[in-house]
Amino acid sequence: MGLLSKKDQKLILDPLADDNPITIQVLGICSALAITAQLKASIVMAISVIFVLGIGNVVISLMRNIIPSKIRIIVQLIVVATLVIIVDQVLKAYAYTLSKELSVFVGLIITNCIIMGRFEAFALGNGPWRSFLDGIGNALGYGVILIIVGFFRELLGSGTLLGIKVLGDPIELTGLYKYGYENNGFMLLSPMALIVVGLIIWVQRSRNKALIEEN
Amino acid sequence: MLEHVELFFKSIFIDNMVFATFLGMCSYLAVSKKVSTAVGLGAAVIFVLAVTVPLNWLLDQYILRDGALSWLGPEYADYDLSFLSFILFIATIATMVQLVEIVVEKFSPSLYNSLGIFLPLIAVNCAILGGSLFMQSRDIQSLGLAFNYGISSGIGWFLAILAIAAIREKIRYSNVPAPLRGLGITFIITGLMAIGFMSFGGMLTGGDEEEEATPVAQIAPTVEEEIKVVAETVIATINEKED
Repeated sequence: MGLLSKKDQKLILDPLADDNPITIQVLGICSALAITAQLKASIVMAISVIFVLGIGNVVISLMRNIIPSKIRIIVQLIVVATLVIIVDQVLKAYAYTLSKELSVFVGLIITNCIIMGRFEAFALGNGPWRSFLDGIGNALGYGVILIIVGFFRELLGSGTLLGIKVLGDPIELTGLYKYGYENNGFMLLSPMALIVVGLIIWVQRSRNKALIEEN
Repeated sequence: MLEHVELFFKSIFIDNMVFATFLGMCSYLAVSKKVSTAVGLGAAVIFVLAVTVPLNWLLDQYILRDGALSWLGPEYADYDLSFLSFILFIATIATMVQLVEIVVEKFSPSLYNSLGIFLPLIAVNCAILGGSLFMQSRDIQSLGLAFNYGISSGIGWFLAILAIAAIREKIRYSNVPAPLRGLGITFIITGLMAIGFMSFGGMLTGGDEEEEATPVAQIAPTVEEEIKVVAETVIATINEKED
């Protein structure tokens, strides 16, 4: 990583683990939970957020000196909404079935707290390049959790990954199903998303004791 | 009347915003440490949803959806502005929240003191935008139903945050495994509560025959109409070819 200085590397790598937007900062939970029943949807959502947050952070950072602080929330919302409309239209054009599955959750990227949080906390006070790295880093941290949750929910819930039957065919009883394995359909329902994220938090905080909350 | 009652209970229990669709989770987790603050935020959410959902319903009906502009004249009937709905909805919400804040501060300082600090938070609460977007995608039929939907999903959110705040106040005295303390255990409790709320799912499907009959009666004419429309277009194309 000769391109990036130590400080810049920190901007990207910190949110991936010890300053993760979902498990530590508690931002952007809504979409993280609702669309993770399938790995594919999680990946698409992660990419969309990387796009919106990366570009949005740069735009806000470029405008940071001309936005009056009283109306900054509306300006931020308009910037995000425009980027999200682009994402939504692209998804509708090239991946229509997927965009139907994601339904309102593409639109809800607008109110994803990660985005507003990073605009407020970082882009309003830093230059465009550093803001870009911060945006990409935080969106990646969000994407990592999404993909982990999506991986387990799809694997255990429907025995597939990205739609490929990795555990064999449940009807023709091949692979694992030959030995009496059953899919756990409960993993596909919404409550399990919460519990899987809870377990991820448990694992992460047992490995890094400094993150434990007092109560 | 029956559809109002049905929508009311459906939005509170079955399609509960927090437990079924995870809307507004960020503030749900952040502001649920004490019951009193949770009540304040919950009330503010009910209030803002009751205002913004009907407003956005009007916008959707008369400006955004396919052919909605036909009241301006026949030449506007072909416009479909639905791609603008995100930006219009969020602008309505942000302005309404500002407006509500100013009005409440002027006329009821005591209410402002209890709600006021939460109002700016609400502009970026996914529950509010989600309410409007679900209103659009579920095709709510009338202004009254939209108002009902706004209020009842607000009440559902209020119930959820009230319940978790009460549990979190009590759990302070329990011995939770250290890495799960705070956020982790809240996630798992919410998951368990969501499982509990899933049992409400049978409330409308397992009811008596009368309730089952209404949706069928609603669907039947639309199917007939669709068949009629298809038949008419087929006849029209045949006629054109013959010409």
